[in-house]
Amino acid sequence: MEKTQNNKAWFLVLPVLVIVAFSAVIPLMTVVNYSVNDTFGDNAFFWNGLDWFVEIVTSERMHSALGRQVLFSGIILAIEVPLGIFVALNMPKKGFWASFCLVLMALPLLIPFNVVGTIWQIFGRVDIGLLGHGLAAMGVDYNYTNNALDAWITIIVMDVWHWTSLVSLLCYAGLQSIPQAYYQAAKIDQASRWSVFRFIELPKMSGVLLIAVLLRFMDSFMIYTEPFVLTGGGPGNSTTFLSIDLVKMAIGQFDLGPAAAFSIMYFLVILLVCWVFFTVMTTLDNAETK
Amino acid sequence: MMRSRTSAIVMFVYLLFLLIPIYWLVNMSLKTNEEITSTFSIIPNTLTFGNYITILTDPAWYNGYINSMIYVAMNTVISITVALPAAYAFSRYTFMGDKHLFFWLLTNRMAPPAVFALPFFQLYSSIGLFDTHIAVALAHCLFNVPLAVWILEGFMRGVPKEMDETAYIDGYSFGRFFIRIFMPLVASGIGVAAFFCFMFSWVELLLSRTLTAVNAKSIAATMTRTVSASGMDWGVLAAAGVLTIVPGALVIYFVRNYIAKGFALGRV
Repeated sequence: MEKTQNNKAWFLVLPVLVIVAFSAVIPLMTVVNYSVNDTFGDNAFFWNGLDWFVEIVTSERMHSALGRQVLFSGIILAIEVPLGIFVALNMPKKGFWASFCLVLMALPLLIPFNVVGTIWQIFGRVDIGLLGHGLAAMGVDYNYTNNALDAWITIIVMDVWHWTSLVSLLCYAGLQSIPQAYYQAAKIDQASRWSVFRFIELPKMSGVLLIAVLLRFMDSFMIYTEPFVLTGGGPGNSTTFLSIDLVKMAIGQFDLGPAAAFSIMYFLVILLVCWVFFTVMTTLDNAETK
Repeated sequence: MMRSRTSAIVMFVYLLFLLIPIYWLVNMSLKTNEEITSTFSIIPNTLTFGNYITILTDPAWYNGYINSMIYVAMNTVISITVALPAAYAFSRYTFMGDKHLFFWLLTNRMAPPAVFALPFFQLYSSIGLFDTHIAVALAHCLFNVPLAVWILEGFMRGVPKEMDETAYIDGYSFGRFFIRIFMPLVASGIGVAAFFCFMFSWVELLLSRTLTAVNAKSIAATMTRTVSASGMDWGVLAAAGVLTIVPGALVIYFVRNYIAKGFALGRV
C-alpha cells in the first residue's frame, strides 16, 4: 500500500514509545551501568572499565554455555521446522476435523512454561513416569536426572512437544492461502508430489516460515523455565543454557558486574540475529509487492 | 484416497504424542500420593478429587490463580490500548525513523527475560510497585506490546486506505472514525492480538516470579515454590498443572476459527 508521509504519526506511536521505553530502556541502562562498575555493597560503585567484559569473554564458563546454547538451538530448528512443515501438510483442510486438530495442537502452546517442565518431569521420571517406567520395563537404561545424554534427549523431545505446533500452525495458515487452481494446474501438468511442494507450497509458505524460524530460534535461544524445572541445569552443567547460567550468576551469586556484562553480550548476539532476519523479511515483503 | 489415509495416520500419531504427557498429568492428579509412589498404573485405582479440593480450598493456592488472572487481564488491556494507534500509524504513514522504531520494538520481543529480571526487580522496588499486579502487567508489556503492534499492523494493512479517506470526507473526526468504523473492521485482528498477549503473559514465569512475593504471587511461582518446600507432593502439583491448562483451553476454544489466520499474524 502507498503510505502517506506524515511526521504527526509520531503522536500515535508515543504511548507505545513511553511504555516500552519505561520497561526496556531504563532496565537496560541499569545493566550497562553495572557492567562497567564494581561494588562492595552499600550502593558504592567504582569505575571498572571493561574488565568484566574481558573476564566474561575469556571465561571457560561462558564459552561452554554458549556452545551448548548454539547446539541446542541448532538441533531444535533442525527437528522442529521440517517436522512442523510435514505435520502442516498432513492436516485436514476444512471441516470438523480441521478445528479439532487446531484446538488440540494449540493446547501445548498455552501451558505455562513451568507446567511444561512439570509435565515432563512427571512423565519422564523412572519411578512414577509413564515414559521412564516404560523404557525401564523395555530394558532401556534411561534416567534423565543423572545421565547427561538422557537429559538432553528429554529436553529436546520436550521442546519438540511444546513448540512444533507453532511451526505447523504458521505453515498451515500459509497453505490455506493457496488457491485450488494452483493444484489443478499442477495436476494437469502431472507434477510429482515433490514438485508441488517445492514450487507451489514452499514459496507460499516462505513468509510465515521465516517468522516461524525467527520465533523458534529466539525462544530456544533464551529458553529458561522448562530445563530449569526439569533438570535444574544438570546433571553437572550439561544442560546449563545461557539464560540459566545468567540467572544463576545474577540472582543466585549476585555477581552483578559479570552478569551485566554477560547480559549485554547475550543481548547483542540476539540483536544481530534479529537484524539479519528483519532485513531478509523486509526484502521479501518488498519483492512481493513489486 | 491413499494419501488422505496416510495423512490421517500421521495426524493421529502426532496428536497422540501431544496428548499422552497431558493424559499422564491428569492421571496423576486423580491419584493419591500413596498410590503414585507405591504402584504404577495407567488409570487410577482409586479415583480421588482430594488434590483438586486441596487447591480450591487453600487460599495460598487459589490466590495464585486469581493473581495470575488479574495481571494477565491488565496486561492484555494495556498492550492492546497502546498498540492500536501505533499499529495504525505504522500501517498508514511513513514518518521519520519509522523503520528503526519498528525494528527496535521487535528487538524487545526478542529480549531474553533473564537479562531484565534483576533490573526490573530494582526498578519496581525503587518506585514502590514491587509485589503488585500492575508491576507484572507492565513488565510483560516489554514483549507483549511489540507483538501486539506487529500483529495489528499486519491486519490493518489489509484494510484499504480508501476506507479512511471516505470517512474523513463524510465528516468523521479521527477519533470517531477510529472507534466507530476502523476498530470493528480489524476486530478479528484485535482478538488475535489479545489472544497472543494472554498467551505469553499467562505462560511467563521468570519475570512474574521475580517481581512478586506474597500479595501478587502468580500461580506459576506458587507451583515452583511448593515443589522446593514440601518435596514430593506430586498429586497436588499435577492437579495445579491441570488447572493452569484449563484457561488456555477455554481461550483456544473461543478463538478456534481465527487461530490459523492469527498464527500467521495477518501476514499471509
